Amino acid sequence: MSKRIKLQVARYRPEQESESVFEEYEVPCPSDWVVLDGLNHVKDQLDGTLSYRWSCRMGICGSCGMTVNGEPKLTCATFLDDYAPGPVRVEPLRNFPVIRDLVVDLGDFMQKLVRVKPWIVRSVEKPLAAGEYLQTPEEMDEYKQFSMCINCMLCYAACPIYGLDPKFIGPAAIALAQRYNLDSRDEGAAERLEILSEHEGIWGCTFVGECTKVCPKNVNPAGAIQRYKLNAALESVKSFFLPRGA
Amino acid sequence: MAHIAEHYTEYHPRWLRPHISTYWWLRKRSYFAFILREISSLFVAWSVVYVLLIVYAVGRGPTVYQELLEWSRQPWVIVVNVISLLLVGFHAVTWFNLAPQALVVRLGHTHVPGAVISASNYAAWVVVSAIVAWIIVGG
Amino acid sequence: MTPSHDVVLVGGGGAGLRAAIAIAETNPRLNVAVVSKVYPMRSHTVSAEGGAAGAIAADDSLDEHAYDTISGGDWLCDQDAVEAFVKEAPQELLRLEHWGCPWSRQPDGHIAVRPFGGMKKMRTWFAADKTGFHMLHTLFQTSLKYTSVVRYDEWFVTRLLVDDGRVQGVVALELMSGRIEAITARAVILCTGGCGRVFPFTTNASIKTGDGMALAYRAGAPLKDMEFVQYHPTGLPFTGILITEAARAEGGYLLNKDGYRYLQDYQLGTPQPKPVLRSMELGPRDRLSQAFMKELEKGRTIETPYGPVVNLDLRHLGHKVIDAKIPFVRELCQKYQNLDPVKDLIPVRPVVHYMMGGVHTDINGATPLAGLYAAGEVACVSINGANRLGSNSLPELLVFGARAGQAAAEHASHEAPISAHVSAQVQDERQRLERDVLGKTGGRERLADIRDQMQKALEESAGIYRDGAKLSWAVERLRELQERVTDVSIEDHSRTFNTERVAAIELACMLDVAEAIVQSALRREESRGAHQRTDFPARDDRRFLAHSLISRTSDQSVHVEYLPVRITRWPPGERVYGEVVPHVETDKAAGRQIPTGARV
Repeated sequence: MSKRIKLQVARYRPEQESESVFEEYEVPCPSDWVVLDGLNHVKDQLDGTLSYRWSCRMGICGSCGMTVNGEPKLTCATFLDDYAPGPVRVEPLRNFPVIRDLVVDLGDFMQKLVRVKPWIVRSVEKPLAAGEYLQTPEEMDEYKQFSMCINCMLCYAACPIYGLDPKFIGPAAIALAQRYNLDSRDEGAAERLEILSEHEGIWGCTFVGECTKVCPKNVNPAGAIQRYKLNAALESVKSFFLPRGA
Repeated sequence: MAHIAEHYTEYHPRWLRPHISTYWWLRKRSYFAFILREISSLFVAWSVVYVLLIVYAVGRGPTVYQELLEWSRQPWVIVVNVISLLLVGFHAVTWFNLAPQALVVRLGHTHVPGAVISASNYAAWVVVSAIVAWIIVGG
Repeated sequence: MTPSHDVVLVGGGGAGLRAAIAIAETNPRLNVAVVSKVYPMRSHTVSAEGGAAGAIAADDSLDEHAYDTISGGDWLCDQDAVEAFVKEAPQELLRLEHWGCPWSRQPDGHIAVRPFGGMKKMRTWFAADKTGFHMLHTLFQTSLKYTSVVRYDEWFVTRLLVDDGRVQGVVALELMSGRIEAITARAVILCTGGCGRVFPFTTNASIKTGDGMALAYRAGAPLKDMEFVQYHPTGLPFTGILITEAARAEGGYLLNKDGYRYLQDYQLGTPQPKPVLRSMELGPRDRLSQAFMKELEKGRTIETPYGPVVNLDLRHLGHKVIDAKIPFVRELCQKYQNLDPVKDLIPVRPVVHYMMGGVHTDINGATPLAGLYAAGEVACVSINGANRLGSNSLPELLVFGARAGQAAAEHASHEAPISAHVSAQVQDERQRLERDVLGKTGGRERLADIRDQMQKALEESAGIYRDGAKLSWAVERLRELQERVTDVSIEDHSRTFNTERVAAIELACMLDVAEAIVQSALRREESRGAHQRTDFPARDDRRFLAHSLISRTSDQSVHVEYLPVRITRWPPGERVYGEVVPHVETDKAAGRQIPTGARV
C-alpha cells in the first residue's frame, strides 16, 4: 500500500466559471516526487483538462512557479513528501491575472523588463578584433548574484507592494537593472537611473524583504533594491550640489 | 514592440484578477511583522517628539519640567511611552538586521560579511546608550 | 488582417534569438517575427551547463578543433561546414561577451577555457556551469534592444504554409486565446530544437518534442541522419537531469560497482589521477555510453530501483573546486538525489541528450525547400556527424543561427510577395485543429499511454545498441501507434490555454520524428558513432560514408537516400582516444581509401 497524498488544485475555466474553484485529486507520493510530478500524474491519468506550465523540471527555466500551501514555489523543486500527510493546496502565482487554472499572465513583467534596458549600454563598442573586455573575477562577483535570475516571478508573487500596486516595477526588473549597472563593461547606469527613480521604480519598495526570502536562486533582489536606493540618493545629492555633473 | 493580441479582442478570454483583501497583512507572519515595523516608525517619531519636549521643558526651568513630569504620569502617556519603548527597540533590531542588505562594503577582494555590519550597528547602539546613561544617571 | 513579416523564426532559443539579432543588425529594415511556444527565456538552451568551444588558447588551432570534431563525429561530418564552424565559433562567443555574457575569467581578466570530452586542447569557454542559461539570457535581453524584432510569445506553429514550391509562412495557435492565425513571411527559419522526449529517459525538457523536424518533414523537406541519437553518459537515475561533462573535465571518475575506473577496459586510455584530454572520462560521449552498456552486460553496474547505474566520483576534487567550477552540479545532486558530491558518490547512467540528426540544411542553413531555413539542434548541417562532442552545440547555435538569419534575410529581400492561395491552407488547418483536435469526442486511448508506448518502443529499438529485428518491430509498432492516436481522447474542449490540445499536437510531431529515427536506423547497416548495430558491428565507409536523407512519400511511407559526406582535408581514419596522440596531418590516410561518393 504505497503512500498517497491529496492535491487541492485551483481550477479556472473562463468559458464555464467566473471564479476559481478547487478540485481534489489523490496522487502517489513516493519520496522523490515533486509537486510537478503530482500534477503530471493528474494530467496524464486523472484529468486531462488541467493546464499549467512546466519545461526543464530542474529549476532553471522558471516556468513552473505556483503557490503551494500559500507560498510561491517552483513546483519542480518542491517535494510532495515535505507536505505529507497533506492535503497540498496548489494555486496559481499570486498578484498576476489568471488566464486558466494554474497559468498566469506574464505580459506585465515582460514590458517592465524592456523598460530597464537589460543590455550592455556603451557609448563606444569595442571591435571584435580587439578581443574581450577584461573583467576580473572580483569585478564579476559584483554583479554575478543578480545575473542568476531565472525570471520565475516568485518574487513578484511574494511582494505585497506589487499586489497592491501593479505599476510597481518589481524586484526582478530592478535586480536585472542592477546586474547591468554593476557590470564593469556597462555604461548605462545613468540611463537606467532615470527610469528607476520614478515613483513606481525603486521608491515604491518599502523593503518588506519577502522577495529575497522566496527567490529560489539566491538573487537577493531586496538587497539589489536597497543598494540601488543608496546609489540613487547619493546621485540626487551629487546632482544637487554639482548640477553640471562632476 | 507591438503584440498582436493587444489589438484583437474577439477571442480574448476573461482573466481572473483576484483582489487583494484589506487584511492582506494578517495572512502571513512576515507580512504582519513588516506592517508592525512600518507602524513602529510612528512611535519612533513620537519618541523623538517626547525627547524634544523634555529638552524644551528642561530649558524652561524646573517648574515647567515638573509640569511635564506630572503630565507624563497620566495613564495614557505611560501606556504610549511603554509601547514606544518596545516598538523603538523592535524598529532598531529589524533595522540593524536588514542593514547588511543595503550596505555592501568592499574589503580588498571580498565583502565585509553581513554579520559584521549588523554587529557593529548593535555595538554602536550599546556604546552610545552607555554614554547617555552615564551622563544622565552618573553625572 | 493576417500578420505578415519578412522573416518568421519558429522557436526563440539560442539559435532563434541569434538569428533574429543577426537580421536586425544587418538588415534593420526587415521585419522579423519570433514565434515561440514558450517565453524565450524558457527555451531549452537555458539548461545547457558545461560550456561552448572556441579555439583561442595560444597552443590551440582551428585545425585541431576541426580534427577533434570530425574524428569525434566518426567522419560523418561535412568538413567544409566544420571548417567554417571552428573559424566562426570564437568570434561568435566573443560577440556574446561584448553583449554581456558572463564568461568565467582567469585572474587577469581574460576569458578562461576548460577541457572537455573528445577535445585534445582546452578550448571550452564556460560561465560557471550554467553556460546555456547565461547565453540564453544574454541573447534574450540583447534582442530586446531591436524594435524590428516582434515577438509572438506562447504561439505554437502547427504547420508550414507552402505554395508554388516555396514556404510562405506558418499557421500558429495562440495558446492564451486558442485562436489560429496565419503569419505569412517570405522566409521561415526553424529553430525549434531537438526531440529528446521521443525517448522515455532524457535530459531534455518537456518542450523538446521535435516540432520543427515534423513540420519540415511534412512539408517535404528531408530529415538527415536521424538515426544518430546522443546518449549523454551522466544523467541522474530518476529524473534524467543532466550532470554536466564539466564534472568529468574538472577531474571526476566513473566507477563501476567494484569502485573500478572501468573506461580503461574500452580503449580509452589508462587511468591517471588528473584528467587527460581525449582520454578516459574525457573520451567522446558515444564511447562512454557504450562502455556503460558493456559493463551492464558484464554485471558490473549497480542496481537501483530506477535501473542500473554507475558512480561518478567527485570527492577528490574538494569543495573549493566544486563550488567554484561546478556549483550547479552540487545543487542538483543535493536537491534531487539528497547527496553531496563533496562526500558522496553520485549515481549516473546514460540518458538521451541530443539529436545529431535533423532538418537537412546546407552550410548557410538553407533546406532544399525554397524559403525554409533551419539552425541549431533542429538542423543537421552536418557538423556533428555521428556523434557530437560536448561544448560544440552552443557555438553551433550562434554560428548557424547567424548564418541562417543572414541567408534568410537575403532571400526575403529578393523574394516575391506572398501568394493568395495560402489562405485556403490556413482555413484547412483551422478546421483540423478545431474539429479534429479540439472538438474531438469519444476517443478511447489516453494520450499519455500512447506517448509512453512510443517512448518504450524507441528505447528498446533505438537505444545505444540496436539490431535489425528490433528496428523492424519498432517500425510496425509506430505504425500501429499512428493509427491509435487518431482515437485519442481529448477531455479539454476549452480554447483558453488548452495544454491537452498542445500535447496532442506534440505527440503527433513525436510520432513522425520517431518514424524517421527508426526507419533511418534500420537502413544504416553499419556501426558508426552513436549508431551501433549488433548485427553490423563494423564501420562501413564504402557504403555508408554518407548521410541518410529520409522523406515522406505521398502514400505515407518513407524514402531514404544517401548523400556523400563532404571531405576536404581529413580522410577517414581510426578514432583513437587515450594517451596515443592522433596525427593531425592532412595527408595521413591510415590505410583507407577515400570514398568518392558512396551511393546505396
